[in-house]
Amino acid sequence: MSLLEITGLDVSIHGTPVLRGVSMAVGPGEILGVIGESGSGKSMTALSVLRLLPEGAEMRGRIRLGGVDLTAQSEEAMCDLRGRTVGMIFQEPMTALNPLQCIGDQVAETVRIHHAAGRAEAMATAAATLERVGLTNDRFPLSRYPHELSGGQRQRVVIAMAIALRPKVLIADEPTTALDVTTQAQILHLLKRLVAEDGMGLMMITHDLAVVTGMADRLAIMKDGEVVETGGTAEVMQNLRHPYTRALFEASGHQPDRMAGDSGIPLLEVRNLTRRYPAGRRGMLGARRGFTAVSDVSFTLHHGESLGLVGESGCGKSTLSRAILGLEAVQGGRVWIDGGEVQAGEAMPASLRAKMQVVFQDPYGSFNPRHRVSRLVAEPFHLVRPVPTAREQRVAVARALEDVGLQGTDAHRYIHEFSGGQRQRIAIARALIIRPRLIILDEAVSALDVSIRAKILDLLADLSARYALSYLFISHDLSVVRAICDRVMVMKAGEIVEQGRADDVFENPQHEYTRALIAASPVLESAA
Amino acid sequence: MRALLTGGGIAGVFALAALVSFFWTPYDVEVMDISGKLAGPSPAHWFGTDHFGRDIFSMIMVGGRVSIAVAIVAVGIGIGIGVPLGLTAAAQRGSMLDELIMRGNDLVFAFPALLIAIMITAVFGPSAVNAIIAIGIFNVPVFARLVRGAALSLWTRDFILAARVSGKGKVRISVEHILPNVANLLIVQGTIQFSLGILAEAGLSYVGLGAQPPTPSWGRMLAESQTMIGFAPHLALFPGLAIVLAVLGLNLMGDGLRDLLDPRIRRVRT
Amino acid sequence: MLRYALSRLISLGASLLVASGVVFFALEIVPGDPASYMLGMNASPETVAALRAELGLDTGALARYLGWVGGMLTGDFGISYTYRVPVAEMIVDRMQVSLPLAFYALFLSTAIAFPVGIWAASRRGSLADSGVMGVTQLGVAVPNFWFAMLLVLVFAINLRWFSAGGFPGWDKGFWGGMKALTLPAVALALPQASILARVMRSALLDTLGEDFIRTARAKGLTRGQALRRHALRNALIPVLTIIGLQFSFLLAGAIIIENVFFLPGLGRLVFQAISQRDLIVVESVLMLLVFAVVAVTFAVDLAYAAVDPRLRRRG
Repeated sequence: MSLLEITGLDVSIHGTPVLRGVSMAVGPGEILGVIGESGSGKSMTALSVLRLLPEGAEMRGRIRLGGVDLTAQSEEAMCDLRGRTVGMIFQEPMTALNPLQCIGDQVAETVRIHHAAGRAEAMATAAATLERVGLTNDRFPLSRYPHELSGGQRQRVVIAMAIALRPKVLIADEPTTALDVTTQAQILHLLKRLVAEDGMGLMMITHDLAVVTGMADRLAIMKDGEVVETGGTAEVMQNLRHPYTRALFEASGHQPDRMAGDSGIPLLEVRNLTRRYPAGRRGMLGARRGFTAVSDVSFTLHHGESLGLVGESGCGKSTLSRAILGLEAVQGGRVWIDGGEVQAGEAMPASLRAKMQVVFQDPYGSFNPRHRVSRLVAEPFHLVRPVPTAREQRVAVARALEDVGLQGTDAHRYIHEFSGGQRQRIAIARALIIRPRLIILDEAVSALDVSIRAKILDLLADLSARYALSYLFISHDLSVVRAICDRVMVMKAGEIVEQGRADDVFENPQHEYTRALIAASPVLESAA
Repeated sequence: MRALLTGGGIAGVFALAALVSFFWTPYDVEVMDISGKLAGPSPAHWFGTDHFGRDIFSMIMVGGRVSIAVAIVAVGIGIGIGVPLGLTAAAQRGSMLDELIMRGNDLVFAFPALLIAIMITAVFGPSAVNAIIAIGIFNVPVFARLVRGAALSLWTRDFILAARVSGKGKVRISVEHILPNVANLLIVQGTIQFSLGILAEAGLSYVGLGAQPPTPSWGRMLAESQTMIGFAPHLALFPGLAIVLAVLGLNLMGDGLRDLLDPRIRRVRT
Repeated sequence: MLRYALSRLISLGASLLVASGVVFFALEIVPGDPASYMLGMNASPETVAALRAELGLDTGALARYLGWVGGMLTGDFGISYTYRVPVAEMIVDRMQVSLPLAFYALFLSTAIAFPVGIWAASRRGSLADSGVMGVTQLGVAVPNFWFAMLLVLVFAINLRWFSAGGFPGWDKGFWGGMKALTLPAVALALPQASILARVMRSALLDTLGEDFIRTARAKGLTRGQALRRHALRNALIPVLTIIGLQFSFLLAGAIIIENVFFLPGLGRLVFQAISQRDLIVVESVLMLLVFAVVAVTFAVDLAYAAVDPRLRRRG
């Protein structure tokens, strides 16, 4: 007996179809995992249930909730349903709360808007609900404002708003994607508990197979606006009937084909590196408070090696990479690349700088939108003396683009003409063009869909073998690091707490933080 | 797009009329004809004549020169000084120099163009150059703030880091990467400041701080018409309409340009 | 909160100090000898010498500057050369017209712009919205002094509802004074209201696109409820900035508008002083206006903190 039943749902936006014949169902106390890559229509399905689709959207089909057809309800009736019978949680907790209203009022509003209680009683419900989601009133009074809370705490507030009236169905759209693994594990645990306690139906939308397979009773796999496969979790994972399901599972656990290239000869040496920020003065009378982002970090990276750096957000991994690249002055310690010492600013000779390049996370922010690909990829030639002729640069750009699986003629196009995966290839081409010894990959595959991520990992493995490249691979995702790195370092609060061979660290973690990280990381039970 | 064409068309007509006035006007604006004074609009004098019998249509054509010249030079001053200041402040974020530039901006903002004009006029006497300087100075912090704000968010982007990894210095990055990405904003804001400049020039001329006789200007034509508004309202009507239309045209053009240029900026940003 | 206010106060006090330096430099140092400048070409050497002594020009520039600033802080603005009366008295007299005019206009423009902007934003894309956008587009382009002349033509000369100018004085009754200020205030307010309404509308529409509005809608709020309870207060932050900027435009506008209506305010005073080369009066009025702008900036800074809890905690 289903609680929420979607049958033959078609949605188009300004005439462009985004959902075709989508059907799925959630029962009471059941968790349905809706899985798909970006553009698969999973979020549109969720918004259809709440009838909060963007302007210009048209929908057909049926969405039955406890015997009522939601597609036939008036806007007024829908307002009554939202928050009372169906709750929803969104991906980005940092912006999901009104920054000017305290959390108590925001949770109480769910109660007040449905005239379920008076003000005092609503505040009491808010307090009780915040306790339920793990924000105890003594540490998190109702008068707290969102900016005083961390991302995970804010997501708990969002959950509290959604469940304050104990709805029958809860829809969670990528609720943990923006969170660190340890926080993610806590939020997933909380959601499971709430489902069990309230007997809610939970529709859990995610791109991450590992997140959902551990908790969902049933799965619905979506691709290009259609449900390609649906069924019990165990059944789907065992049979992998649909080719796309199979491809998705393979890509998620993808292990690029590579050999350990460690030569034992040091390439990058970091000794006792410390980076302190003088924490900008706040106003004229504000006190200066220091903040140490990287504290006494030492390690060595060998020629041909691929070294992983794992840590949660704010642990100092990006600061460390900027210090290694000589982009920021350090307060202590030294860095050598291929025997030459790294210095911040323009003091560092170009020939030394040319030994390192970098690829960033955001495929959209990494390029000047005003320049053509030819100019973007050629930028590092600034470091080459003598500067190559225009002709030499053109040849090199075409070659680099072909190296990363694009075409030489792509050089004439602008960056907005490329997809996210293609842009990451272009970023690699830019890093590659002056044949550096070391490429720092700063969350370079984190923003990509799993299938594209698998291809980029293959590309990276191939390039490192072909051009004797070393990688410093920075990521929050342990499974990716394990797939491509020879050795791994674990960073916490500016310090390296553990380092060693990747297999050793993952199989037999020594530091308790490493153990916590590994325990919190969702693992995709190998079914293939 | 329609706003851009309409606005551009209106602004273009005014620019053309001002240009043509250098070679030809229906009547000579310096020749008085007391017998034909204060005539209402007619086929001979489309907009009528003033209290000296001068042709108002011709005066509006010539008056446009002052308005446009003052506004263009004032925007030029604003961009010429404000943009380098803004780029420098952003590149040196948090430094003493940045602080100095921003406090200087605050200071200039405390002096509306009118106050600067009053100050200059009190010492040097009235002239159109005062208006240019006063409006120009006021434009400097407008552009400096705009550029600094936009540049600060650009400086945090990864493509700037990539350029720094390629060994490029702050000046080079400011010119190669920051400037092209704030150009759209400058075009839109430049159009808006242009229209504000025309309004401000009219106000200054109206109170006698701008262009001096015998140069015709829209603001002074309005000032002279004031005592006669009861019996010759056309004297006040046409110069005022000229200001409204010119400003409206430029504003429409600014809006159109923003719609045309901004979606791309926004798409890139998200 | 107190620390935030204090730090803003210090920074604004500093800009006021620098501004006084600029005004002093421009009007006392640049003309060379202010005494002979104020008296003009035909003054006899004796009169110039007398004025020099009166202005204290024999002492150094720094001492004069400090004396001037010190005087202003204690309410002593010096003696007008033309009228031989304390400048402070003249200014207080004229402020009774200019200040109420500026605030009257500010009140009108805010009172008109807020509802209009909210109304247009809540009916985005409708005929009403396009109508508001069109009218405000026109309103932004109208010079306020020309609009003032049109108002005089229609309401004073033709309809005779208001007098064409002049000010009866507050001692003749509050409503008489308000009536005399009404046309000038409307002329000042409408162009400003057009700008403010447009800013209000676009700030609201921006805020309505934020994630937390979607969250609010998922709680069961209607579009209108989400707008009133969540978007409005968030949209207030950019709107406050514009209100702060507008005050300095209103002040400048008031000075110009006073000429249309022959109002005995600071604007008339300063233009008279310029033509009479009465530098002492010009200096004082300039400093007063700069002070007004800075004071409003401070008020806006405090208003930010009242709206935004994130600012309150900053030191």
